[in-house]
Amino acid sequence: MSKKTNKTQTLLTVLGYVKRNAGYLVLSLLLCILTVAATLYVPILTGRVIDMIPAALQVQFDGILPLLLQMALMIGFTALAQWLMGLCNNRLTYATVRDIRRDAFAHLQHLPLSYLDSHPTGDVVSRIITDVDQFADGLLMGFTQLFSGVLTIIGTLGFMYSVNWMIATAVVVITPLSLVVASFIAKRTFDMFTLQSKTRGEQTALIDEMLTGQKVVRAFGMEDEVQERFDEINGRLENASRRAIFFSSLTNPATRFVNSLVYACVGVAGALVCILGGPAMLTVGQLSAFLSYANQYTKPFNEISGVVTELQAALACAERVFELIRQPAEPADREPLLALEEPTGAVELKNVCFSYVPERKLIQNLSLQVEPGQRVAIVGPTGCGKTTLINLLMRFYDVNEGTITLDGHSIVDITRHSLREGYGMVLQETWLKSGTIRENITMGKPDATEEEIIAAAKATHAHSFIRRLPKGYDTVITEDGGSLSQGEKQLLCITRVMLCLPPMLILDEATSSIDTRTEQHIQRAFETLMTGRTSFIVAHRLSTIQNANTILVMKDGNVIEQGSHEELLRQGGFYANLYNSQFAH
Amino acid sequence: MRTLLPYLKPFRKECIISPLFKLLEALLELFVPLIMAAIIDKGILGNGGAGDTGYALRMGLALVGLGLLGFVCSITAQFFAAKAAVGFTARVKSVLFGHIQSLSHTELDDIGTPTLINRMTTDMNQVQTGVNMTLRLLLRSPFVVLGATIMAFTVDAKTALIFLALLPLLTLVVAGIMALTLPRHKQVQSQLDKVLLRTRENLTGVRVIRAFNKQVSEEAAYGEESGVLFALQQGVGRLSSLMNPLTYVLVNGALIVLLWSGAWQVEGGILTQGAVVALVNYLSQILVELIKLANLIITITKALASASRIETVLKQESSMKESAHPVAASAAHRECVRFDNVCARYHGAGEESLTGISFTALRGQTIGVIGGTGSGKSTLINLIPRFYDVSSGSVLVDGVDVREQAVEALRDKVAVVPQKAMLFKGTIRDNLKWGKQDATDEELWQALETAQGAEVVRGKPGRLDEMIEQGGRNLSGGQRQRLTIARALVRNPEILILDDSASALDYATDAALRKALREMETPATVFIVSQRASSIRFADQILVLEDGELAGIGTHDQLLADCPVYQEIYYSQYPKEAV
Repeated sequence: MSKKTNKTQTLLTVLGYVKRNAGYLVLSLLLCILTVAATLYVPILTGRVIDMIPAALQVQFDGILPLLLQMALMIGFTALAQWLMGLCNNRLTYATVRDIRRDAFAHLQHLPLSYLDSHPTGDVVSRIITDVDQFADGLLMGFTQLFSGVLTIIGTLGFMYSVNWMIATAVVVITPLSLVVASFIAKRTFDMFTLQSKTRGEQTALIDEMLTGQKVVRAFGMEDEVQERFDEINGRLENASRRAIFFSSLTNPATRFVNSLVYACVGVAGALVCILGGPAMLTVGQLSAFLSYANQYTKPFNEISGVVTELQAALACAERVFELIRQPAEPADREPLLALEEPTGAVELKNVCFSYVPERKLIQNLSLQVEPGQRVAIVGPTGCGKTTLINLLMRFYDVNEGTITLDGHSIVDITRHSLREGYGMVLQETWLKSGTIRENITMGKPDATEEEIIAAAKATHAHSFIRRLPKGYDTVITEDGGSLSQGEKQLLCITRVMLCLPPMLILDEATSSIDTRTEQHIQRAFETLMTGRTSFIVAHRLSTIQNANTILVMKDGNVIEQGSHEELLRQGGFYANLYNSQFAH
Repeated sequence: MRTLLPYLKPFRKECIISPLFKLLEALLELFVPLIMAAIIDKGILGNGGAGDTGYALRMGLALVGLGLLGFVCSITAQFFAAKAAVGFTARVKSVLFGHIQSLSHTELDDIGTPTLINRMTTDMNQVQTGVNMTLRLLLRSPFVVLGATIMAFTVDAKTALIFLALLPLLTLVVAGIMALTLPRHKQVQSQLDKVLLRTRENLTGVRVIRAFNKQVSEEAAYGEESGVLFALQQGVGRLSSLMNPLTYVLVNGALIVLLWSGAWQVEGGILTQGAVVALVNYLSQILVELIKLANLIITITKALASASRIETVLKQESSMKESAHPVAASAAHRECVRFDNVCARYHGAGEESLTGISFTALRGQTIGVIGGTGSGKSTLINLIPRFYDVSSGSVLVDGVDVREQAVEALRDKVAVVPQKAMLFKGTIRDNLKWGKQDATDEELWQALETAQGAEVVRGKPGRLDEMIEQGGRNLSGGQRQRLTIARALVRNPEILILDDSASALDYATDAALRKALREMETPATVFIVSQRASSIRFADQILVLEDGELAGIGTHDQLLADCPVYQEIYYSQYPKEAV
């Protein structure tokens, strides 16, 4: 896509958002017209007053008074309109920004995991937070100044022509100069702002990564090296920013210079007309009005050019958010959709092939049949595809070939919602959201009663440590569990599943960070949980999977052995080796 | 802002030049109404009312000349302002980043990552814009207002009194609005922190959120937070947008008074018509500046709010004090690590995490640490590289209290493999070199062999040059674990700490790892924290922790004989009949 159409598209998208608050936009425009008209009228009145005070003993006081009264009214009216306009613009801007953020966030919920897994968290965050914020600044400035600028120009021209066409024409002739200068600068700055935004995203990604891994950085004494990397990007950002800011700030002085030309022209031309044509052509009061118009006429050019650069920056930022929003979402659920109410848990994989990147094959031709209530354990060396299998079962990723069925229906025909609702998942990587312990436990069942929550927590042996926290179940934990130990976090994750009792379970190394004594207790709870439920268990501790119905031994994406614990031991293959190694030293 | 000001020092030249040239430009602008008055009074009305074309043209040229000079001044000012603002922010960023790195784990836990990220990014941007605009306009606007007032005095002192009355009123409005909005801007920023937190959290927990079908409620919660942000922004906006209309009314009110009193002065022959026009022009200059100032004030208020958020972090001192006279500890000392009656309590926590722990680890020994979840195992080993400080008692490494050693020297001796395997974006080689900057490929491969990770790396098309995504997302848990172990081994540490780091490894790999560790050339003192009795069974000493206290210490056989907690753990993994 060419840069130009890209920019137009971004602009159209922005307008689409603005349209949602069209009422405020219209109101703001109306108020703007009123404000500009009133503002322009005041110099005319001032000029008339000045004409009534030509020299000593010639002042027409009875003419001045009503004019001044008129002025006072105008001023009051303008101020009111200005204020209301400000309110409208604020609302328009912040509502637009809120909508964009909400949409971006909503879209995150539908982005395929392959996208999220391959993009740094910090960069995505930077798009939704920093870029949108910058966009808001630009947009607000645009609303407040762009309309009034354009209207002021049109209005001033009209007034000027009505007073004296010669001087007005002189002004019009010089105007394009200002526009040429502004557009020349604007063209050059867009690229600089894009570079600035990009470098800033890079920096945010580094900040995010390093602050998240701060403790590791510390442990390895890598502070200096990390700082060096940061400073390198920081230096590049400094250069990019300085150029972007300096070049964009040229607009103002440049157009201001054009202004002063216009002002000088009006002054000289006005004087000449006065001298040569006499008061019949132009009075001093009218000249004074002209001069204030010359100021007001050119000022918007300043502002507009300022706004244009500001909007350039804003658009560059908006584009980054929209790029995120435009990312293709997970393919929509296929019609007609099937919402499985209570799946029995019969899962079948037929000739499933999958790889994350086409060049590197991972799972090939995997077939497996699981009866409702069966327990399937998956073991194998690191990187053999155990976790990938779970990604496929939950439909975090779609298979490349073959089908996975649940209760006889292909899982692509079932709504993702009902498919995932059927599974209870505990992963090795614990994740908790910031909020209270209670909120975390009830994630899968928001309407759970106090008794249910405590019963679940007791079943997983989480109750005793939760009770010891400062506020019990209402203790607020910070992002990712904060000061809770890995094992405690894991217990909370297990309790979460224990509470909602789904018909199928996925336990990916669910107990790896829990001590074995506690694990034994939990195991009993799991045992109750797993009865009658189809379960997939990934574990290293072979003790936890011995009584599985089927054990899949995976290696390099293939199932190399399959059978019960005893059968596999008898075979004396890979599994038997693995099993015996835990007793060897 | 005070803490940040020193970073502006290297840009002292820029900070003087920029406003100076802005002032020069403003000064030039102030002459414009005077020249215009001269054109009217001498050019049009002069020469006995016949006018003087030549004079008018000459003065016109003077106006153009002023404009050109102003242009040059202005560009100079913009350049130095941009340089100072961007350079200043870059330095503050670098310093803040460095400062965050110097904070101890305690402060990091307290402040939280998302808000730190916001302060490093959006707040910094606000400050940058603030400094830039301040340099460009802050001096200019009051100067023009003041200058216009003074010029008005030169035209006619009596009428100029109106200007004088106007000034305090304007100051009041501007300062009042600023004072009202500043705290509200801070609220907006802290709400933005919450929105950021939600976003980040959603990304890091995407699997769990989707597994629990929480997308809709997450969206609702997010909508709520951004709604609050919206309301706060509206509130600030309502106040800020009062600025323009109020100043407009004040200045134009003054205009009416000026015209009225001007009329009387002209009537009395004290003032000329041209002089009145000049006074009107000065007033309109004031108005133009005020509009700019109003926008500037909003920017500055935001910047100040952000600056104070940055300052808070910069002022946050590390609770961990570096020893002023660090004592060098020799690796020749027989006692590698010693705990003397150590107690530890996390900041803000109710109970102690460790109570009265004492033990001695001799050089080259392997120490097993076992105990239930939350029994204090991680806390114990975090005290050795001094990630946290003890609340009482002391930790000695190589015979010297860790608090008396230089932190860097201490941490150089220790390599930690954390519970949560954390890798960074970059090649595998980059990541491994964290352990030792100048490590050769040979050393890296050796470490990988010992860590049982060589096979993993050989399986990657790029080998050591294979790219790792942020957090090692493109690797499985076990692969990550091996690489983090290798990373620690590259360092060839005096003390190696494996904090339950083998949990993602299968038994065979775990056993091979332990064997390889024993066979290393210069055996380190190894701390193995584990849930598995098999991992620590052959340790020279095993520390059994229970609720932060030492429930037993000794070899496997001793403990199995007389430590009930250890017995229980062991038999939970090896049912009696199996042994």
